[in-house]
Amino acid sequence: MSVVQALPEIQVPLLEMRGISKSFPGVKALDHVDVALHPGTVTALIGENGAGKSTLVKILTGIYQPDEGEIVVDGVPVHFANAEAAIRSGITAIHQETVLFDELSVAENIFLGHAPRNRLGFVNWAAMNARAAALLSSIDAPISPYARLKDLSIAHRHLVAIARALSVEARVVIMDEPTAALSYKEVEDLFRIIERLKKQGKAILFISHKFEEVYQIAERFVVFRDGRSIGSGLLAQTGQDEIVRMMVGRSVDHVFPKADVAIGATVLRVSGYSHPTEFDDLSFDLRRGEILGLYGLVGAGRSEFCQALFGITRPSAGSVELEGRPIAIRSPADAIAAGIVYVPEERGRHGAVLQMPIVQNISMATLDRTTRAGFLRQAEEFALARRYAERLDLRAAALSVPVGTLSGGNQQKVVIGKWLATKPKVIILDEPTKGIDIGSKAAVHAFMSELAGEGLSVIMVSSELPEILGMSDRVMVMREGRMAGLWERGGLDAETLVRAATGNI
Amino acid sequence: MSRILKYRELLLVAIIAVLIAVFSVRAPGFAAPESLANIFNDTSILMILALGQMAVILTRSIDLSVAANLSFTGMAIAMTNAAFPQIPLPLLVVAAMSLGALLGAINGLMVWRIGIPSIVATLGTLTIYRGMAFVLSGGAWVNQTQMTPAFLNTPRASLLGLPLLGWTAILVIAVISIVFTRTVFGRALYAAGGNPTAALYAGIDVGRTRFYAFVLSGALAGLCGYLWVSRYAVAYVDIAAGFELDTVAACVIGGISTLGGIGSVGGAVLGALFLGVIKNALPVINISPFWQMAISGFVIIVAVLFNARQEKRKGRLILRDAVKRGPVPTPAQTEGAAA
Repeated sequence: MSVVQALPEIQVPLLEMRGISKSFPGVKALDHVDVALHPGTVTALIGENGAGKSTLVKILTGIYQPDEGEIVVDGVPVHFANAEAAIRSGITAIHQETVLFDELSVAENIFLGHAPRNRLGFVNWAAMNARAAALLSSIDAPISPYARLKDLSIAHRHLVAIARALSVEARVVIMDEPTAALSYKEVEDLFRIIERLKKQGKAILFISHKFEEVYQIAERFVVFRDGRSIGSGLLAQTGQDEIVRMMVGRSVDHVFPKADVAIGATVLRVSGYSHPTEFDDLSFDLRRGEILGLYGLVGAGRSEFCQALFGITRPSAGSVELEGRPIAIRSPADAIAAGIVYVPEERGRHGAVLQMPIVQNISMATLDRTTRAGFLRQAEEFALARRYAERLDLRAAALSVPVGTLSGGNQQKVVIGKWLATKPKVIILDEPTKGIDIGSKAAVHAFMSELAGEGLSVIMVSSELPEILGMSDRVMVMREGRMAGLWERGGLDAETLVRAATGNI
Repeated sequence: MSRILKYRELLLVAIIAVLIAVFSVRAPGFAAPESLANIFNDTSILMILALGQMAVILTRSIDLSVAANLSFTGMAIAMTNAAFPQIPLPLLVVAAMSLGALLGAINGLMVWRIGIPSIVATLGTLTIYRGMAFVLSGGAWVNQTQMTPAFLNTPRASLLGLPLLGWTAILVIAVISIVFTRTVFGRALYAAGGNPTAALYAGIDVGRTRFYAFVLSGALAGLCGYLWVSRYAVAYVDIAAGFELDTVAACVIGGISTLGGIGSVGGAVLGALFLGVIKNALPVINISPFWQMAISGFVIIVAVLFNARQEKRKGRLILRDAVKRGPVPTPAQTEGAAA
């Protein structure tokens, strides 16, 4: 307990990850990364979305096994075959959305799976509640062990999760964006608890996007980019600018080219778009043939804004003009009729009805056009589907086979075909290349250029900087539900965008 | 999937044919045309109700109140006929369907607007509707002597060897298959149940579709209210008690997935006929009434087991790319629970 004064630098790491690699089909998620965690020290893990942070957490907690490299605890190489093994080695993670049980008491949540037992093998409730109370008071948590979890605030649930982590004698505590859902005051409380954990000699891996928090609570940092550990060191000796450069530092010019397209007149004008809880006062124009990149951290309100624009939720204020005429969008059907379509993230889950034939999926958003007096005309449906299947080079035995039997890439083509069939004026693509391999990405980007060339206006929500920088004619950055800036293609650079998105101007 | 469905429907046809053949060995005449027409006629009400239930199940919901709805509308229509014999029959039938549709709309509104799970909402209205039938009648029966001859005899009138009751079922089957396969509403039923999120993004109002499915189920229950009372020539509170489970069983046997979005009209009809053949055959071949119920139940479970296997195969097919992620939970459990 005397580590408080010691300089973290000269300590032996409690846990070290050396040369860890992990691949998934088509993606190298981690490429020989090195991370060291020291006792009594908070190490901040910093990186863009998709840099490999969550893969690292899953390896540390035994959910994934690394392809290469070793994990060393107290100088001894260890292997975590499963989550249980990681917990036995004293490693525990507190996730963004804590995994706890609403209907159980606080004490039961803390000791679930390792409750103290009496001689007959039954749960020793008195001991369990007493130990829970002791744990909670050790982190100054004003929570009764008897309280039911569902009655607690999110911040207090976090405290229960921390107490649970401590109940298994954790020595390494991983906190994955613990402050994302907390208010300012609750963050302060959490930081006090982290200070206490430090004093107890725990090694803490703190994952956050917010620089002010990182500098406030952490001593060390590791920066990840594209699955590699780019830099690490002491925060006291490293400026924010340097860290931003490590996060984004790559030449992006050649990665995602957008073909030059003549930009036309304004198609869509959004003014003062607001929602009571999700976004506020968003205004921008979108021109014909233009790709507007919408950048921000996860949870900045981008998808929420797009869903409101598409009529899934209702804004509380603001107006939309399409080609100079004000339009009212009350449902997705209104938006589609007006010429605005939204291609959601996770197209597999949200995009296609897998058990339906291709033809019915493609015609789904345009049934009014293949219908007469409420009756579907199959010949027209097939003609429509054939047209878009050919255009998108869809590979399928027949248009009557269920979409579920197609490969992922072909399923995606069906979904895109469905939207193109509506002949939209504005197409919103939410994370169009998330989770797909490099080759498919290039194809999607070429296709977006083609759409813009045909006069479509595109809003592209993306968390990937190279994609935003390469594809966008203009970029709008959102931070915590508000507009944090709008840049023309010429005036763009990665650092500016990251600063705007993280609030580090 | 349509090939598997066709295959399964053919299989059901074959199973029913085998059953009839086996029964006719024990009871000569069971397979005679008049006997088969009689079984079809006898199963008409179940077929009609199963189609309403199918619409609801396609949207990932369930309507447990159909039999109670039938009981209430049957009672209301029988009392109306007894009190005002001058009202023409077509008007009464329209009134029964409207009343049934109204009760269905109440279910639909609770599910759509208030967001109550359909199994809870319709479990509640099941009791309420039957209670209302009790309140309406004061527990009294409406019997044959109080009903007009037209009210009683029209469904029994024979046309080409099949009573009008059977023809009504054929008409409903025809209309429903057109609605399900050839209209926007039908397509919306499949899309809303198959992938509600995708349907939402495609501009289909999932909640409204579900609402109309309940209205359809209610309207068909109302029609069956009249058909039932007329066929059995009596209306009392407890008619068709427990019959809602037969409609669910018919759907499940016929391959209507309780996960929503999968199933055909032919399947639901064959599922109902399967149950109809079993129920008609067991007494004919002298199986004790005590055993009849147990045997019916056993056969239903076997049919559902078969269906669950089909579901599992479907899951594997879709998630072929994800084999590496490990075993995929199958929908077999949910499938069994609903039956």
